[in-house]
Amino acid sequence: MNGDGTAAPRLRLTYRDAVREAIRDALTRDERVFLMGEDVGRYGGCYAVSKGLLAEFGEDRIRDTPLSESAFVGAGIGAALNGMRPIVEVMTVNFSLLALDQIVNNAATIPHMSGGQFAVPLVIRMATGSGRQLAAQHSHSLEGWYAHIPGLKILAPATLEDARGMLWTAIEDPNPVLIFENVQLYDMEGELPADAGPVDITRAAIRREGKHASVVTFGGSVPKAVAAAETLAGEGVDVEVVDLRSLRPLDDATIMASVAKTHRVLVVDEGWRSGGLSAEVSARINEQVFYELDAPVARLAGVEVPIPYPKHLEDASVPQADTIAAALREMVGRR
Amino acid sequence: MTSSPRLSLSVPEPAFRPGDTPDYSGVTFPEAGSVQRPPVDVNPEEIRDLAFTIIRVLDRNGEAVGPWAEALSPDELRKGLRDMLTLRAYDARMLMAQRQGKTSFYMQHLGEEAVSCAFQRALRPGDMNFPTYRQAGLLIAGGYPLVKMMCQVYSNDGDSARGRQLPVFYSSREHGFFSISGNLATQYVQAVGWSMASAITGDSKIAVGWIGEGATAENDFHAALVFASTYKAPVVLNVVNNQWAISTFQGIARGGSGTFAARGLGFGIPTLRVDGNDYLAVLAVAKWATERARLNLGPTLVEYVTYRAGGHSTSDDPSAYRPKEESNAWPLGDPVLRLKAHLIAVGEWSEERHTQAEAEVMDTVIAAQREAEEIGTLHTGRKPSPRDMFEDVYATMPPHLLRQRHEAGY
Repeated sequence: MNGDGTAAPRLRLTYRDAVREAIRDALTRDERVFLMGEDVGRYGGCYAVSKGLLAEFGEDRIRDTPLSESAFVGAGIGAALNGMRPIVEVMTVNFSLLALDQIVNNAATIPHMSGGQFAVPLVIRMATGSGRQLAAQHSHSLEGWYAHIPGLKILAPATLEDARGMLWTAIEDPNPVLIFENVQLYDMEGELPADAGPVDITRAAIRREGKHASVVTFGGSVPKAVAAAETLAGEGVDVEVVDLRSLRPLDDATIMASVAKTHRVLVVDEGWRSGGLSAEVSARINEQVFYELDAPVARLAGVEVPIPYPKHLEDASVPQADTIAAALREMVGRR
Repeated sequence: MTSSPRLSLSVPEPAFRPGDTPDYSGVTFPEAGSVQRPPVDVNPEEIRDLAFTIIRVLDRNGEAVGPWAEALSPDELRKGLRDMLTLRAYDARMLMAQRQGKTSFYMQHLGEEAVSCAFQRALRPGDMNFPTYRQAGLLIAGGYPLVKMMCQVYSNDGDSARGRQLPVFYSSREHGFFSISGNLATQYVQAVGWSMASAITGDSKIAVGWIGEGATAENDFHAALVFASTYKAPVVLNVVNNQWAISTFQGIARGGSGTFAARGLGFGIPTLRVDGNDYLAVLAVAKWATERARLNLGPTLVEYVTYRAGGHSTSDDPSAYRPKEESNAWPLGDPVLRLKAHLIAVGEWSEERHTQAEAEVMDTVIAAQREAEEIGTLHTGRKPSPRDMFEDVYATMPPHLLRQRHEAGY
């Protein structure tokens, strides 16, 4: 709402635009913020998220770096220790493994191991997921791994509102926050109020209300789950879609409330099944609301192969709207 | 067709192994005072030779000679000696405490005291060190309380890190001592990033990265040099070459490079190599390198040639991989004895005063130890509560962690 009580005008934009607006907004609002990473400046980021920002903000704030994930994440940690609020862009989650030591052994531990003397208010954004025909080393979904690590906050914006608002909240968070932008979402279009602001990063969200079954998922699988739910609505099955939003910490309360309402739950995770985030969510449901369940917790996850290159193989390797719908039908006994 | 030789690998070997008699008579070091002192804004191309020599100030007679010799007041010299004596006494007591079971682990500085004690004198409040294992002289010379250091080693209730770190992994923001990483070299890029932030915000503070020669083999060492070189960040990058990385002699990390300092040349970073057992040479070089950073002239790489006279930690026995006599035979001498000789040579010290100073220092250390042990040691006295370990994982404790704390009974 504007000061005069009228609603702000709504803008039509893509998820990519929303992330860019979030970065622009952070740079404008807080002089401690700068963006750093490979090809984020002149090239505008390999997913074109930061296009135009170099011209607008200059090289001190939009910094192209040498190609060393460990170094620009480590330098980001150093800058955060010195009072800045860096946004580090890692081109894709697969590349972030080159910075794993900095992220897991350092950013996540420093506040604790220094007895609370040093905070690491660092935001690391990275692309994740398949769907761009980029083969295994650019297509994996490893956010579930990061969600294993104490000291990190792991966010998976699946909507324009979250793409626009999570960065704000993450930058103000004193802990290191990793934001995973699923590559299938970048072109997603929608509307946002021109004055869209920060969003809460502690709660899961219900993206579609339903009463017969719940799908618990996140990131790029959210639109697929909503599409599957629409399909099933046409078949008389009313599916609720829970978007985790924060993968660490997990918002148990929202998950359990949904399960307690629908009594059937399918956990969908584009990441690999064994030892993945879907296993954690499933275990928590069994631990906390077992007696609410009318059927075993079901899981649909990525098949455990390195993601292949051509589209038909890529599509076959991760959950899709039709496979989610099929799994739901099986769970509710409508085959 | 010409015949090709059978391919094989080279495996560098140290000059001496257990059972050998170490003999350095064939090794020549540049004379004290013989190495040029360039202006701080020198073109790095003009000082490439400094990566292959050794800057030395104290000669065999204890005189400070040559262009790197700076006029230090007698009080500054005595402060340097006292800092090194304090670190040595502190190490001796903590090593003994480990043997007595008061802590499980310790790492001493024996032979390397000059490097960190002297370097600290070139720093200003607000500067930040990203140290590695043998730089506690930064804390001691900077006036950080010995009791607090000991509480960290004992992991008792006085430990400001609340038992969350291995002994000797000190951390003090106020004293410009970041923390220590057991994953080697990560601190090097963090130092560069910290200094980049200083430059981006137009501040005047500088950062100092520290690394051992063995850890220069890590990726982060090289990546840090790239970043420092690219952005000309206001950082000093120190390589402490103490010859041994646990059992790995320096030639394994150095490979075909003439010196560790020479690693800087390909990056266009001005590089110095200095006698790390020469307090005055270390201080002069530290001032030169920090001045470059403060004047926005960019990074400097410094190799300190020294010798780790003790084990890597209390967990290894050096006699398994090098001759016991090697440290005595080490040709650059002992940093404490060399500064002491200088003070005596300039008429500001004597054997009697030295003996007295050693006793005073040991009394101070023992008094601090008593105070620390009144709080507790690793197995006795007051300890951090398990309740504390749930703090500082997040600035605000999330519900799952609070629940786990409750489940653990705290």
